[in-house]
Amino acid sequence: MRWGRRGAEVTAAADLPRTALELQNVSHAYGDRPVLHDVTLTLGESRVGVVGANGSGKSTFARLLNGLVVPSAGTVLVDGLDTRTQLREVRRRVGFVFQDPDAQIVHPTVAEDVEFGLTNLGVPADERARRVEDMLARYGLAGHHDHPAHLLSGGQKQLLAIAGVLVMQPQRVVFDEPTTLLDLANTRRVARVIDELEQHVVVVTHHLDLLTGFDRVLVFEDGRVAADGAPAETLRWYVDRLS
Amino acid sequence: MTLALYVPVASPVHRAPAGLKLALLTGLGAGLFLIERLDVVVGALVAVAVVALAAARLPLRALVAQVRPVWPWLAVLLVFHLVVTDWRTGTLAVTRLLALVLAAAVVTATTRVTALVAVVEWLVRPLGVFGVRPARVGLVIAMTLRFVPLIAERAQRIREAQAARGATGMRLGMLVPLLVQVLRLAATLGEALDARGADAPVSPRDRRAGAPAP
Amino acid sequence: MKSKDLAYVALFAAIVAVLGLVPPVPVPGIPVPITAQTLGVMLAGSVLGARRGGLALLTFLAVVAVGAPLLSGGRGGLAVFVGPSAGYLYSWPIAAFVIGLLTQLTWRRFNLAWALVANLIGGIAVIYAIGIPFTALFGDVSLTAAATGSLAFIPGDLVKAGAASVVAVAVRRAYPVIELPARRPAAAG
Repeated sequence: MRWGRRGAEVTAAADLPRTALELQNVSHAYGDRPVLHDVTLTLGESRVGVVGANGSGKSTFARLLNGLVVPSAGTVLVDGLDTRTQLREVRRRVGFVFQDPDAQIVHPTVAEDVEFGLTNLGVPADERARRVEDMLARYGLAGHHDHPAHLLSGGQKQLLAIAGVLVMQPQRVVFDEPTTLLDLANTRRVARVIDELEQHVVVVTHHLDLLTGFDRVLVFEDGRVAADGAPAETLRWYVDRLS
Repeated sequence: MTLALYVPVASPVHRAPAGLKLALLTGLGAGLFLIERLDVVVGALVAVAVVALAAARLPLRALVAQVRPVWPWLAVLLVFHLVVTDWRTGTLAVTRLLALVLAAAVVTATTRVTALVAVVEWLVRPLGVFGVRPARVGLVIAMTLRFVPLIAERAQRIREAQAARGATGMRLGMLVPLLVQVLRLAATLGEALDARGADAPVSPRDRRAGAPAP
Repeated sequence: MKSKDLAYVALFAAIVAVLGLVPPVPVPGIPVPITAQTLGVMLAGSVLGARRGGLALLTFLAVVAVGAPLLSGGRGGLAVFVGPSAGYLYSWPIAAFVIGLLTQLTWRRFNLAWALVANLIGGIAVIYAIGIPFTALFGDVSLTAAATGSLAFIPGDLVKAGAASVVAVAVRRAYPVIELPARRPAAAG
């Protein structure tokens, strides 16, 4: 198990009773269309992968983890914080990377977009500028400071989207199909970025090789967890079931 | 944010505060419509032209480009007055509009978009009583500029997809799939705004006062 | 307003802008080629409803005012707000609001006919009622003269109202954005 530096630090500093993602009897429905049925889970691992067919409920599961979706029934706890009542603190703790970077990049130019989340956090201007430059350098966007976001390549756009989340220094990051729209080279690049993160991550994906080296993998099926365990055997079970 | 109409040169007009320039423009607009004397209006036009070329050091080309769209209207207006009223009323109406359009073009060419957006945010501050948050007005303007190339690109993709299946020139048939696609995209962008803290922004003052650091 | 609403407002401001990039279409039998931008005004009202539709057009005008050349023909900046045709621009947020209001009022039984009613009243009557007096005032011409001058645009606007209505009904079926407050159980039963 890889315990990131940041993860350990935060655990000690925040002095919280629990450091895990917990779902307690969680069900969710959009209107009268049910998507999750009575899911109970405790995820304490640093690297958790989630797979499953389209419509299996895995995307809703991801959105529960930072309060983008509040469950119709049951409770979601992030390090002991209830997403229903402590939403602001949960959002600050859990970053979220979407499938389509075009649906996540808010500002027309690169640096402005990275800065967006920091402005929301009330970070002072000089510190904002420094943290933005750090991020641009780390993700190969240093020369693109005032570049229009729409002129970036697909891979660069996803890196910009990731930079915009990581600059806020969340303690956990949830990725919802981060490589679905990317080519092979960029998929590998994003996989490396995820691998190097100090934070705890949850990755929802259809790219099974993204999950090599993970601590735990969940398989979603019809709104329930159909399998749960070490990546190798869980993914083998999943692939066998499909064939 | 940068746009095509700003002309980057160093001049006192460029350095003047955006709010002052907009206030002067508004004042000029009101003044010109109250004054019925041709010599004063022509004087105003000359003064604006001098400010544009000498003080703001704008190239003539940049000014002409901004004023050109109004030419046909002014021509129609002048012809109308020559036929219906007299040349004096016509010249007055045309000169007045030309002075105003030129002055507006000077403000646009000498003021950065960011500064103008800041003025827009300042102007909507009184609307705070109705729950309007000025920073969000700036955010919506930024998102609009972000969406323009994105929609154009998605439209192109749908056109290609339809052409690949033999459809030609179906402009209207393209609109429904395009709208549904970009509405979905905007809904996700709304989620992304929340995920990045836009629904609960902290002002630097709150933060210093002891709100928890990120 | 929720974050999603802000995104919808920005989206339709951008859609109006993109429609301004579409070159004018000459239609046989109609004297003036059709520009697509007012189609965007109609769609904003009939897809987003009154409040968000009106705000989308206000946003569009703000973006043009700060200098984006997004008005059809690549126009922009403050200059366009003082010309004789500026009244038509000022009418757009109100037109989108009125279309949205009429759409919301008829939302439960919304069909092509109601869509046409909304777009003809909001998208044509309202726009001309504001644009024509403005031209008369700014150009020092009589109301009748200004009204006669705008007649040439009516056929094109009728085509656009029809197109916007067809699209609005289809979008309502595929991805309805307007949400009415839920009926109280007493009213439903």
